[in-house]
Formats: sequence, C-alpha cells, structure tokens
Amino acid sequence: MTVAIDRATGKRRGDRAPRPGLGRRLRSGYQKHWYAYAMIAPVAVVLGVLVLYPLVYGLYLTLTDANSLNTARTIGVNHIDATYKFIGLDNYKDILFGPTAYDRFWSHFIWTIVWTALCVALHYTIGLGLALLLNQKLRGRTFYRLVLILPWAVPTFVTVFGWRFMLADGGIINSALHALHLPAPSWLEDTFWQRFAAIMVNTWCGVPFMMVSLLGGLQSIDTSLYEAAEMDGASPWQRFRYVTLPGLRSVSSTVVLLGIIWTFNQFAVIFLLFGNTAPDAQILVTWAYYLGFGQQPRDFAQSAAYGILLLAILIVFTSFYRRWLNRNEQQLAI
Amino acid sequence: MSTTTVETSAEVTGPGAAQARPSKVRRRGEHGPVASLASHGVLIVASLVALFPIAWLIFLSLGPDKDDYLHPGRIWHTMTFDNYSFVLQHTNFFDWLKSSLIVSLGTTVIGVLVAATTGYAVSRMRFPGYRKLMWVLLVTQMFPIAVLIVPMYQILSDLGLIDSYLGLILVYCSTAVPYSAWLLKGYFDTIPFEIDEAGRVDGLSPFGTFARLILPLARPGLAVAAFYNFITAFGEVAFASTFMLDDSKYTFAVGLQSFVSEHDAQRNLMAATAVLVAIPVSAFFYLVQKNLVTGLTAGGTKG
Repeated sequence: MTVAIDRATGKRRGDRAPRPGLGRRLRSGYQKHWYAYAMIAPVAVVLGVLVLYPLVYGLYLTLTDANSLNTARTIGVNHIDATYKFIGLDNYKDILFGPTAYDRFWSHFIWTIVWTALCVALHYTIGLGLALLLNQKLRGRTFYRLVLILPWAVPTFVTVFGWRFMLADGGIINSALHALHLPAPSWLEDTFWQRFAAIMVNTWCGVPFMMVSLLGGLQSIDTSLYEAAEMDGASPWQRFRYVTLPGLRSVSSTVVLLGIIWTFNQFAVIFLLFGNTAPDAQILVTWAYYLGFGQQPRDFAQSAAYGILLLAILIVFTSFYRRWLNRNEQQLAI
Repeated sequence: MSTTTVETSAEVTGPGAAQARPSKVRRRGEHGPVASLASHGVLIVASLVALFPIAWLIFLSLGPDKDDYLHPGRIWHTMTFDNYSFVLQHTNFFDWLKSSLIVSLGTTVIGVLVAATTGYAVSRMRFPGYRKLMWVLLVTQMFPIAVLIVPMYQILSDLGLIDSYLGLILVYCSTAVPYSAWLLKGYFDTIPFEIDEAGRVDGLSPFGTFARLILPLARPGLAVAAFYNFITAFGEVAFASTFMLDDSKYTFAVGLQSFVSEHDAQRNLMAATAVLVAIPVSAFFYLVQKNLVTGLTAGGTKG
C-alpha cells in the first residue's frame, strides 16, 4: 500500500511542471532533467553501439544479396573485398511471395505460431495448477517446490542433452513404451513426433518459471478477500474464478508476455534437440540461423531478412497485447 | 490425468462436507484427507517428471561405455567414476570452464555497471523521452537472436573479434544491459521515495543520493541482476556456437555439443561433463532463486 502512495507522489513531482511556451519548456527541461539524461547516457551509448548500429547494418544487409561467397573476407594473407550488391526489397518479396515461399517461410511461420501458443498455454496451465497445489497448507511444501524448480535451475543446454538420450531410438522412453506394448515413435526423425518432442521438452523447461511467478502472485492476494467470498457463500470454483484469477491478473499478463516472447525466440531447445537434421521442426528463429550459418554457402541476406521479419512480428504482437491490456486496466503503462 | 480430476472434485466436496457437519469445522486452507492425499499424489508425480531427466543423465554418466544409454541395465554392474576422471584429465574441460567464466563474468560486470544508473533514472525521474526509453528497453529484450547474429558476425569479423572473448562479451551485453536496466528499475521502485527526499534535504545531488543512499540499499537487486546476466550468458548457445571457432575457447554450451560431433558421440563423457557443469550452477541458482522471481516479475508489472 505504501508503495502505491510513494509512486503517486513521485509521479506528481515529475509531472508538476505547467506547460509554458516551447522554448522555455526545452530550456527548463534541460536544466531540470540534465542529470536524468546523464544517468541514462551509458545505456544509451551501449544500445546505440551494440544494438542500433548492428540493427541498421543488418537492415542494410537485407537489401543486398550478401552471402558467404561475396562478403569481404580474409583467407590467409589475401583480403577479398565485398562484391555483393544492392537489390532492394527482393529478399522480402522472395521470402514472403516467391516460389516455394510456403515451404520456406509460411510452413515455419504456422508451426512457430502453433509452437508458441501450445507451449505457453501448457506452461501457464500446468504452472498455475502446481502453484495452486503448492499454495495450500501442505506437509513437505518446500521440498516439492525445490524439486519442481529443478528444470529451471539446471542450464537448458545440459537438460536438453538428457532428453536427447531419453528420446533416442533405443532410449528409455521407447523402451518403456515398448514394455507397455505401445507403439514406439521415432522421436528424433519423424516430423510429427519431432514437433511433439520439442513441445514436450520446452514445456518441461518452462513450467517452473511460471509456477514460481504465479505462486508469488497467489501469495500476494489478500486473504481477507477469500474470507469475504466465503462469508458470501462462494463455492471453491467461484472463489477461484472471482478472487484468484483477478488477483493474478497483473502477474499473469507479465509472465504470459514474457513466456510468449521467450518461446517465440526459443533457440536452444530446438537447436540442441535436432541440430540441422530436422528442417520441418525448425521454428523461424532456428530456421533463420540455419540459413545464415547452418548451410553452405551461408545466405546472410535472407537470414537477416528473417530476423527483421521476426522482430516486426514480435513488435506488432506486443503493441496489440499492451493495447488490449490497457483497455482493461489503465494503470499498466508499459 | 485421472489424478487431477480426483483432486478438483475432492476439493469441491471437502468444504461442503465440512459445512454439513459443523462439529468438525476446518480452518481455511485446510483440506480433508482425500484432498490432501490427491494433492500429494499430483505433486509427487510432477516432482518425478521434473527430476527424472536429470537423474537419468547422472545415472548414464556413471556408465563406462558410450552406448550404455541404450542398455541402462548394464550400468548397475559396471558403475564407475572413470568418465569423470577422464573428462577432467583428458579433455578441454578446464579451458571451457575458463572461457565460460571469463565471458559470463565479463557480461555480468559490464551489464550491471552500465545499467545501474539508468535503472535508477527510470525508476525515480520522469523526463521527456521516458516512455520511449522504456519502450526501447522492452523491445531490445525481445530481439530474436536472428536479428543481430548476421550483422554482428560481419561487424566482429571486420574488427577481428571473431573467436575472441571480448567479441562475445560485447554481443551478450546487447541483451544484458537493457535487461539489467529493466530489472534494476523494478528493484529501485521498491525502495521508498522518502530516502531520496531525505538525501535531497541534506544537500545531496541526485548522483550523491544514488551513490551513497540508494546503491547500498539496492545490493540485493544488483545481485539478482548480476546473477541473471551470469546465468543467461552461461547458458547461451547460438552466439557462442557461431562466434567461437577454436575448441579451447568454447564455452560449455558449445563444448558439450562437440562431444557428439567430433569424438564420434562419446555420450558417456558428455553426460559426465553435463553433470559437472550442472552441479555448481544449480547450487548457485538455489541460493538466489527467491529474489530472482520477485525481480523478474516486479520489473514488468509496475509502470
């Protein structure tokens, strides 16, 4: 509660300035805000050099036909100058509408959407379920919590290899399925099962984060709300629907957004699970990586163009998501 | 699946039964024996699912032969720590450890140092361009690796920084810096404004307030940001696989892959290395995980 008041006064202090003429506003603005600008200067410089410059350079590359055969490179003592040329928007046209555009872009696009939607839905529902269970008075609660966090605690590049051993042809999962007289799919070869395996592994990796964040959200809900609901004779389902879910709203909207961004950009799981062997199970990020670095000659221009397209998709999605949130709730400014 | 339905239906009937028999009133949050048994059941199954792949990896790392993962039964009789001693003595394990530590610690230090003042500025001050800056910080966090990897590769090879620690650290900073700023803003938001005001009244400049009052108070937040940068840099796969060419400069994330491609799939060694990497990192993770979660979600929810 106190935090909210502090924030309110802080905001008022910042926005207090009345609105005089433009010249005076600029001058007094710099007098008043110069230390703010001095404080953000380091990050502004770093972002300019490390993000903006490569981004602009990448944007330029997408307008050329650069690949590993015509970019500048040094072989031994010989330096070969770049010979790629400007071709305008041809890369984008080729990716989106060119021949076999469906196989190269749209099939991966659809699979990426399905992948993101399914993974985040699974992360959220399983995470919420486990968080609700852990939020009860239960013997051994801390122990369960510590074990359930394990997939998050161990680095992904380690656990994915564990899964690869389990999913391999004669691995433990297929042996178990065989022992139960169930069909044993070839997880790492067949397209459908590759996708299934990728979603399964990513779900396993992503649930703990959701669970822990939602558990934090559950614990911050005021217990008197539950008491009031119970007084009014609300059933457990109604308490969940009208107290728990609204109470979780701000945490949920953040973690779902983070989850969508992370899953959409998930590189490690698919790359380490399949390498370059599964063209149909690649989501757009790993596919862009394959174009730029997994094949010969490396197609830098197309890969960069995929990157720009991906970023555009994410930015459009995020702004709609934020607008949709703001429609419901004014205070979520960012 | 069936256990879940049992659990919910038990929860529904639990309080109802309590109402029917007022003599045995349960306090809120307490459930009947059936409900709590079901909860335990679900949690135990979930724990096993969470634990199994890792336990399996540890188990396989004890098998002496590289194809033992296909015949796990054999491992019981031939269990040995030979894989571990081989990895520590005859592979590049310590080179990889060195590279991983240099790159991760470099990213961590630069990320937090650069981002700290910005986190404070966006937490306390409203200046023209504030919303744009927050938007930029948010958007940079969602850059897919595919956006920067190609231009970064070109730029770094022009500068001769491919296959160098500095190059990789710089690349990681492109995400670590905005992320840390975002995370630190969330933490600074939880420090009361009165402290700033007290400093201001006593004649400190905004920089003085930040350096002498807020920074010492924000040490846990700085630690979380540092830790998060460390973990991200440590586990990063795409940039490290592309930019590090010499196998003595690999980070662990790349080194582990090299077991399968180069040394004709020495899976037993790979499993042993994986376990050796995972133990310290996970231990470290458990030490700070509570703060980490609050830090991650606080940054996003507060405008």
